[in-house]
Amino acid sequence: MTAPPRGPDPAYNEAYLDEQTKRMIRRALLKAIAIPGYQVPFASREMPLAYGWGTGGMQVTAAIIGRDDVLKVIDQGADDTTNAVSIRRFFARVSGVRTTERTSEATIIQTRHRIPEEPLRAGQIIVYQVPQPEPLRKLEPREVETRRMHALADYGLMYVKLYEDIARHGRITLSYDYPVLVGGRYVMAPSPIPSFDNPKMNRSPALQLFGAGREKRIYAVPPYTSVESLAFEDHPFHPWRADQACDLCGSTTSYLDEVVVDDRGGRMFVCSDTDWCATRRVAGYRGAQAGHPIAADGGA
Amino acid sequence: MTPEAPLLEAEGVTVRFGRIEAVSGVSFSLWPGEVLAIVGESGSGKTTLLRTLHGDLAPCSGRVLYRRRSGETVDVHALPEPARRLLARTEWGFVHQNPRDGLRMAVSAGGNVGERLMAAGARHWGRIRAEAAAWLARVEIDAGRIDDPPRIFSGGMQQRLQIARVLVTNPRLVLMDEPTGGLDVSVQARLLDLIRSLVRELGLAAVIVTHDLAVARLLADRMLVMQRGRVVEAGLTDQVLDDPQHPYAQLLVSSVLQA
Repeated sequence: MTAPPRGPDPAYNEAYLDEQTKRMIRRALLKAIAIPGYQVPFASREMPLAYGWGTGGMQVTAAIIGRDDVLKVIDQGADDTTNAVSIRRFFARVSGVRTTERTSEATIIQTRHRIPEEPLRAGQIIVYQVPQPEPLRKLEPREVETRRMHALADYGLMYVKLYEDIARHGRITLSYDYPVLVGGRYVMAPSPIPSFDNPKMNRSPALQLFGAGREKRIYAVPPYTSVESLAFEDHPFHPWRADQACDLCGSTTSYLDEVVVDDRGGRMFVCSDTDWCATRRVAGYRGAQAGHPIAADGGA
Repeated sequence: MTPEAPLLEAEGVTVRFGRIEAVSGVSFSLWPGEVLAIVGESGSGKTTLLRTLHGDLAPCSGRVLYRRRSGETVDVHALPEPARRLLARTEWGFVHQNPRDGLRMAVSAGGNVGERLMAAGARHWGRIRAEAAAWLARVEIDAGRIDDPPRIFSGGMQQRLQIARVLVTNPRLVLMDEPTGGLDVSVQARLLDLIRSLVRELGLAAVIVTHDLAVARLLADRMLVMQRGRVVEAGLTDQVLDDPQHPYAQLLVSSVLQA
């Protein structure tokens, strides 16, 4: 699982970015950690990857990664998707760090769309790739106005969106990028993680960093900070999860992906967190379709 | 009855845009429960004065004093912005001439009315909705339209919705900028009826900017006549309309067609 350490590729500066850029990003990170949930502008750089593929998260990771770190990269919970594989390979090459697929072994976890099922511990850092850092953007297109709303904690509009959802559908149907209130002060976009993962952010012992490359914003949630999902008193927050068990490992508590397996309507539910699923299968847990070829290259 | 302090006081308010003096040295007092009309032709500085009263524009000289619900008197333009915004969404209301400026056209009628409640801290969906429904009924919008967005409403309905949205937080002072502008006569009459009964019922103080003397006659206790940024005549509505003293006020009154 764990790739052996090599040295960084001498053709690049360590961790790809130049030292001044890393210092600039670290300053933005320190400010972000000092003001939980507040979006700090930073001079986002071009990365050897298209915007929308994780350039913000990569810059944050590049700024904090050191020789002793162990990096895990996930995309939609999986360690083996294109985006995760190429970002992991990138850092293995330019910073020479060890990489892993095990949540428990990693010191830095860069993620897109998920928080690992295994609870994070103190000392770990999770870096989120963020497409749209501004939770109010769809409601208020003017940047000047949204900044003022954050400054004055004027969040009535955010509730209007939730109100409309309930009026139209009878419940809050927002199931990802579900807005949260950080430290009782700033409303924050948790990046497009499923609302299922929102409770994991609350009082997490790990440091949570968010990078939006195209939008040039960095924000953070320090360890043990309250992260509360917005809701109404009579329509409380309800994290959404498919009412199924994982067909490979039988887990009834993890977040599931629905996978179409053939062209005759066949489908199965599997854990979106591949490391969690594989670890459970190794430990002997078996789901209804255990041994299905879909798991063949997934570890166990 | 014990003499009360005025609710809103303007003292020598002057607003300049570059070399143009839009409002010069306007002073007046507004008492609780009183409706004041500001009339005058286009460009006479009515709307600028109204926006200055609301704190959207800062006067070059003079000041605007407001007595809060707590009894404390504050200088509107000396307040820090958070405090002024809080005031604007709890104790004041602003009705725009064009409902598009005062409503969120893509949000349902219920959401529009509820926004002020949610901004003021309401977090119980059922109660917000019940309150919104009650206000829609008061402004004569059918309960079945609560989930429709105002962009598919008629002009009169949009204006009534805007009034509901403003009044839902029980403001003490409402500023209205040509509330009947752009509506046809019969719709205007119904809207005026509605505003008049709501103002009386709720004991609101209001400043209404209008160029329509009939609106002033129907709604206002007192009125100011403005010309080129100055108040040229002030007094009880009937007095000013029936016996204008200033030549411009005389011209204004005589230029209305007698129906």
